[in-house]
Amino acid sequence: MQLTGGQILCESLIREGVDVVFGLPGGAILPLYGTLPQYKDRIRHILVRHEQGAAMAADGYARATGKVGVCWATSGPGATNLVTGLACSSMDSVPIVAITGQVARPTIGKDAFQEIDVTGVTLPITKHNYLVMHASEIARTIREAFYIASSGRPGVVLVDIPRDVFQEKAEFGEYPTTVDLPGYKPVLDGNISQILRAARLIKEAQRPVVLAGHGVLLSRAMDELREFAEKTQTPVITTLLGLSGFPQTHYLSLGMPGMHGVAWASLALDEADLIIGLGARFDDRVTGDLKRFAPNAKIIHVDVDPSEIGKSVATAVPIVGDLKRVLKQLIANVEPAIHVEWMAHLDQLRREHPSLYIRPTEKLLPQYVIREISEVTDGRAVIVTGVGQHQMWTALHYTFKEPYTMITSGGLGAMGFEVPAAMGAQVGVPDRVVWSIAGDGGFQMTMSELATIAENNIPVKFAIINNNFLGMVRQWQEFFYNREYSASGYTKNPDFVKLAEAFGILGLRVTERSQVRDAIIKAMEWAGPVVVDFVVEEEENVYPMIPAGTSVDQLIEEPQMVEERR
Amino acid sequence: MPKGPASHTIVALVQDRPGVLNRVASMFRRRGYNIVSLSVGHSEQPGFSRMTFVVNGDDHTIEQVRNQLDRLIDVVKVSDLSDENVVARELALIKVQATPYNRSEIIQLVDIFRANIVDVSPDSLIIEVTGDEDKVDSLLQLLKSFGVRELMRTGRVAMLRGANAYPGTPSANGNQ
Repeated sequence: MQLTGGQILCESLIREGVDVVFGLPGGAILPLYGTLPQYKDRIRHILVRHEQGAAMAADGYARATGKVGVCWATSGPGATNLVTGLACSSMDSVPIVAITGQVARPTIGKDAFQEIDVTGVTLPITKHNYLVMHASEIARTIREAFYIASSGRPGVVLVDIPRDVFQEKAEFGEYPTTVDLPGYKPVLDGNISQILRAARLIKEAQRPVVLAGHGVLLSRAMDELREFAEKTQTPVITTLLGLSGFPQTHYLSLGMPGMHGVAWASLALDEADLIIGLGARFDDRVTGDLKRFAPNAKIIHVDVDPSEIGKSVATAVPIVGDLKRVLKQLIANVEPAIHVEWMAHLDQLRREHPSLYIRPTEKLLPQYVIREISEVTDGRAVIVTGVGQHQMWTALHYTFKEPYTMITSGGLGAMGFEVPAAMGAQVGVPDRVVWSIAGDGGFQMTMSELATIAENNIPVKFAIINNNFLGMVRQWQEFFYNREYSASGYTKNPDFVKLAEAFGILGLRVTERSQVRDAIIKAMEWAGPVVVDFVVEEEENVYPMIPAGTSVDQLIEEPQMVEERR
Repeated sequence: MPKGPASHTIVALVQDRPGVLNRVASMFRRRGYNIVSLSVGHSEQPGFSRMTFVVNGDDHTIEQVRNQLDRLIDVVKVSDLSDENVVARELALIKVQATPYNRSEIIQLVDIFRANIVDVSPDSLIIEVTGDEDKVDSLLQLLKSFGVRELMRTGRVAMLRGANAYPGTPSANGNQ
């Protein structure tokens, strides 16, 4: 059957199970938009207001559903606007297929209007990318793109398609079911001799901990992680991206370690004699100074990406493989264990350290707002955050009970993520409650997507943790730059309630502690999207804090410790 | 104990796809690895090329280089030939000043090094020399006194001795 390139693309996407695409039209991608109405009952298109919103919405969709997120944009500025979103997904191993229009083939390389070398620009922030020069190659390319994006260590694949390739006709017959990629064969099963070596170390360990990362969720290994932890009685530390991979109400859960993690998790890593890294990449926010990280521990590192193993920390036992499979192999080979002294010690650390302490005050504290959201939603809402103080308070004070409920820009740390990613997550899981915990800074970066949210009646609940500051910047300036609040304060923030109303969205403002719970409940009872402006204490700091490039012995837990240090 | 920085010869079999050289070069640049030399050419398999890199680094760095190369979708196979029994060669073209008085002296040197003279003009010669870097360096050193006008060197290419083809590459991940 002869179809146009645009039709072949849509047919291919449908066969990949795509039901929603976030995008914005423009010249080079217009032929695809000309085709789209033929498929409108099968592919839902959500018209964003800025292409960064499309990329980040696809990211939120992918993280909430586990499916590949799809976004597209036109050539030139459309494509470059995608870049921050794609970089974010790339850093956090989120499966994304991005499609960009390109100028017509005869004009490529001529600096044509809206021409940008998109495959060149996105080279370092994609797992792979393609420039498709013939309509006959579209189906195979899309099959490869979805395979690469979703297998092994998931990532971003960009497919750049010239305008005239969308219009060119080609034969579309059987959609390929297999791929021929001789250079890409992810190892899925762990090497058995390494599994046995790991089992031996696990048996010998007196003070073991699991460090569980995003890989747990990406590999859907939550049940296996739990079984492994329970069988070996190993406490589980979760990284920022791994937070919802292990229920925080579980008796073996220690929470998040690192720069703004709870003290007992950081101390557990410091004192452990064995760290079992499961789909975590030993990021600098977790390890601090690598020379002083986990001085007593041997490390077992399980990752599907061989290049992560040994990248930051020396590994005693490297295991390459899909985490779910490797954990099954480990469970079969480890013996049940108990670590009475170690568990008692960790309990004591937990009692001694006030990491989750909120000072008693009548003022409206951001931590309090997040605790209230956690309680009202019973720790079961899908939470999307931006980047900064509110993100860390969410990680600390929201009790995550279910998987795929913590959606945050971890690696890239892209402010503005909170609005479009929450929109995409809600589109992916329409029956769940989605709360976007936003910073007043990040919110203003991408709030144009409120128009998309209103237009499509996407019922995200926004909690703006509004301190009239770029809060984390201000905190660092307070700690490390003599309280010189250089360009971190907003002297004239918009009226977020009126702003929401201008978009046709319910806006609420909360300035008193006593209003918090009612506002949260009211927002959740409202059928559509809501923006709640929580006007919180301006100079509240995130504790604990381990200053960048130091280690756990520099942990600051209370305000007076900042003074003492100074 | 990991060894200190050393020169490694890394050979990668890659798919002939547009941009593959760019992908590889971009990876080296972005990760901060330094390429001493690079040569690229067709392999015995249609649709595949072979790249030979010379990279300086300690064992840890070289392992990272191999893993990062392997991570690229278009890279099929990566081998570190440094410790192997290999033949390594590079080729140089050297344009050297020559007068009727010293031309025979240059020719003698060229003979000793089993190099070739591939172009002769009234006041210069082009010498083609093939060998390992030491040999090329030595000849070049000797020719400098005559006046080297131009020098072109390829990067190193390397191949395993004996009947074995490139070994299957356990990519330093414990899954040998």
